[in-house]
Amino acid sequence: MTDVVHPLDGNAAAGPLSRLFASDVTGAVVVCGECGREGALATLALYGRGTGLVLRCPTCETVNLRLLDTGRTIHLDLRGCLRMSVRVALD
Amino acid sequence: MTSAALLPLRWRTATVIARRPETPHVATLVLDVPGWPGHKAGQHVDLRLTAADGYEAQRSYSIASANDGTAVAITVERVADGEVSPFLLDDVRVSDDLELRGPIGGYFVWSLEDGNPLLLIAGGSGVAPMMSILRARAQALKPPAARLLYSSRDQASIIYRDELDGMTAATDGPRILYTLTRERPVVWSGALGRVDRVMLERIGFPPTDDPLAYVCGPTPFVEQVAADLVALGYAEERIRTERFGPTGAN
Ligand SMILES: Cc1cc2nc3c(=O)[nH]c(=O)nc-3n(C[C@H](O)[C@H](O)[C@H](O)COP(=O)(O)OP(=O)(O)OC[C@H]3O[C@@H](n4cnc5c(N)ncnc54)[C@H](O)[C@@H]3O)c2cc1C
Ligand SMILES: [Zn+2]
Repeated sequence: MTDVVHPLDGNAAAGPLSRLFASDVTGAVVVCGECGREGALATLALYGRGTGLVLRCPTCETVNLRLLDTGRTIHLDLRGCLRMSVRVALD
Repeated sequence: MTSAALLPLRWRTATVIARRPETPHVATLVLDVPGWPGHKAGQHVDLRLTAADGYEAQRSYSIASANDGTAVAITVERVADGEVSPFLLDDVRVSDDLELRGPIGGYFVWSLEDGNPLLLIAGGSGVAPMMSILRARAQALKPPAARLLYSSRDQASIIYRDELDGMTAATDGPRILYTLTRERPVVWSGALGRVDRVMLERIGFPPTDDPLAYVCGPTPFVEQVAADLVALGYAEERIRTERFGPTGAN
């Protein structure tokens, strides 16, 4: 599977995540629940395309975020993420 | 433009209003997107193609243009066995409609307020968002210093060559270093081979200038260049990266 060798990054999840969040979250700081790495969501390694997306910590490969969008329901699994901090636009 | 006011993004219908060949394997499509709210340099759009049987494919394409009303340009490179890029290059005609969502992204973006000197490093079609940055920068009265290191297979594959050279010649224009990975021309003032630390030192700013670096292209290219920048002393939080996927060509 080429995906394993060459993942995309969280930038490519911006569109799918925009269905759920009121602000862009690719610039949000994500703290990895396993190793404590802090970095923009855009810097996480993205696996999958289409309805199911998995974002892994680039340091320890722990899944920080899973997004499953069935069209009617969006499932977000954040169990590998200790914290996500989003800077919102002021107006 | 405040992105917060625009969300959630919806799919819109865009109409192809121009098609410009750039290289033998690359073309630019200019789309008219009614209601386009404007964008920041570096953002992208998602395109959605739906076949008659309901099968859908979605792909991301960087916006290559600066803000220009409702016109949005994307530059597409052919992935020979790809699903979407050959369709965009071979089958899409002026006046065709495409489904599009955007502008998207809040991380790999640049605006004039960022202030810092700009180091842009592109591999192949990864130059598309850099072009948006350079075009936006060219409209500024007092643009920050900018340099572009741009890797292509050969001279024929250099996208936007004329416009880039024109920018360089202008007052306050960016400094540009091209490098070729698959051709060694007899006469050539650029670099040869893959981007390496020597090239980055030749074109880059000293880390003490607090430059802002943007790296975009095939995934392995982005990872190598980002690691080299860190090794050269660039602050990690000043390096913004965007991976396009598994091309290994540059
Ligand atoms: C945020 C973002 C912005 C992008 N901006 C641009 C842009 O401005 N211009 C542009 O041309 N592309 C851009 N891309 C890449 C684009 O989204 C598609 O991946 C690309 O056009 C290939 O799609 P395809 O359907 O033709 O190939 P697919 O059918 O997806 O892939 C066919 C085969 O090629 C491989 N492959 C997949 N993607 C690539 C790739 N990028 N290069 C080489 N091989 C690949 C696959 O593993 C597969 O084996 C961007 C990607 C992202 C994530
Ligand atoms: Zn981790």
